[in-house]
Amino acid sequence: MGSTLIDGLFVFMLAAFIGFEVIRRVSPLLHTPLMSLTNALDAIAVVGAIVLVGRHESKLAFILGVLAVIAATSNIVGGFLITDRMLKMFKSSRPTKP
Amino acid sequence: MTSQNVIEIIYLVASALFILSLKWMSSPASARHGVWAGEIGMLLAVAGTLLSRGIVDYKWIAIALVLGSGIGIPLGMVQMTAVPQRTALSHAFGAFCVTVVGAAEFYLSTPRVPPFKMAVLSLEVILGGLTFTGSLMAAGKLQEILPQRPLTYKGQNFVNFLLFAGAVGIAVSLVLHPGMAHLFPFMIAIALVFGVLLVIPIGGADMPTVISLLNAYAGLSAAAMGFVLDNKLLIIAGALDGSSGLILSVIMSKAMNRSFTNVLFGAFGQVQASTAGVQEAKPVRSATAEEAAGILAAANKVVVVPGYGMAVAQAQHKVRELYDALSKRGVDVRFAIHPVAGRMPGHMNVLLAEADIPYDRLIEMDEINGDFPQTDVALVIGANDVTNPAARSDASSPIYGMPILDVDKAHTVMVIKRSMSPGFAGIDNPLYYLDHTLMLFGDAKAFVNSIVHELTGGHS
Repeated sequence: MGSTLIDGLFVFMLAAFIGFEVIRRVSPLLHTPLMSLTNALDAIAVVGAIVLVGRHESKLAFILGVLAVIAATSNIVGGFLITDRMLKMFKSSRPTKP
Repeated sequence: MTSQNVIEIIYLVASALFILSLKWMSSPASARHGVWAGEIGMLLAVAGTLLSRGIVDYKWIAIALVLGSGIGIPLGMVQMTAVPQRTALSHAFGAFCVTVVGAAEFYLSTPRVPPFKMAVLSLEVILGGLTFTGSLMAAGKLQEILPQRPLTYKGQNFVNFLLFAGAVGIAVSLVLHPGMAHLFPFMIAIALVFGVLLVIPIGGADMPTVISLLNAYAGLSAAAMGFVLDNKLLIIAGALDGSSGLILSVIMSKAMNRSFTNVLFGAFGQVQASTAGVQEAKPVRSATAEEAAGILAAANKVVVVPGYGMAVAQAQHKVRELYDALSKRGVDVRFAIHPVAGRMPGHMNVLLAEADIPYDRLIEMDEINGDFPQTDVALVIGANDVTNPAARSDASSPIYGMPILDVDKAHTVMVIKRSMSPGFAGIDNPLYYLDHTLMLFGDAKAFVNSIVHELTGGHS
């Protein structure tokens, strides 16, 4: 447990600081797409669920894993899709329109 | 190199892509690259995971991925007004995934769960469980399936505290005695109930803060899952999501002049109900669409202040026509965006962008407030509390101290409103009784339409 725990805590601490610095710079204009994007990225939890399904170690773990993969995948697909749809709508008035 | 090493390197690349993805969100010009970086990172991570040792059942992985995509596509195609409830729902899905994976991990390794793993696993399922039901409640309130007003009862905070203490107590017992597996379902059940009770007392006006807070919880539960599975990619993604949610929660509570604890334990909407009914009828000045069009056409600088009422009336596209008509006449039109103008952080920008209003015309509160004294006309459409000067001057007002848009400093203020009834929070707005304020009574969409009609000389 010892070193993996400490490694994990280091990774968490660094990622949290990077997260604060990077997200602080996101324009308030884009806070809604930011939330749907982080939602999609958060669904990376799917990797844990895929392993549960693939290893099929017990019936319970398998069923829970299938449900988890479905839930996470719907977040990945839906999250990226709606983020891109929103960002496509943001247009500047500066480039002259034909 | 073993397959485990290959997977770790793929995860490393995916982590970098995730960070770049968020970095590119800093400006609308590069933001779409951010989505692509995120998508590539995700594809790599999923593909890499399939190389994991011990995976035998690819068929069911494929079936689940296809089913999930089938649910995800319609959820990605909802209308822009429905994005807040969609976001709440996806927080619920994310939290559901984390909770059930945590439960599966528990039952795979019980009764031999090392204490540290048990501790983070408890954190994972408690946060996941309360985020799951809390987000479902928030989505229900936003979709107006559930009542928007806060539901409170005596001793609410005490009950919530007892439940939370109960869940933590079970977690501690499981860490000390991993064999007590029969307690595990109770811990999840308490977390689920706690999530419901946490959101019940929160009113519709506080939803932007609640959504952000649930976002942070969802991220933290995913990070906890990363610790359980010893997966650094998950720890990183969870930390990024958690810090994003936390930053947005802070911005939202500041914009409403509330502390976290106040949002969670305050039950906002109630306080005002008593102060609402005590004003007598005061005289207001009103104007017709024709007069309003004349004043707007004669102005040099116009600032439009949109609120959620504009979106409810579906007036965005008419507002865009107004913007076009005035811009054509050489009037400088900008939009003043209060951080809580919509139902979630940044929502109003999305609604206006959807109506094709250029984003460089959408100005944040702090940036535009200094310009109101040089503004000829401030046109308020469907916004109320965020323009209420009592927040600056009246220490007895429930919204005293809340940052507002200083529309009252413009030369002329025009407010489109159905009637004189007080707004969402039930607070009277002194702005309406000022000498230089003109009330434009009517439906936002219809009224803006008649102004556009006047400006374009009856065409269209």
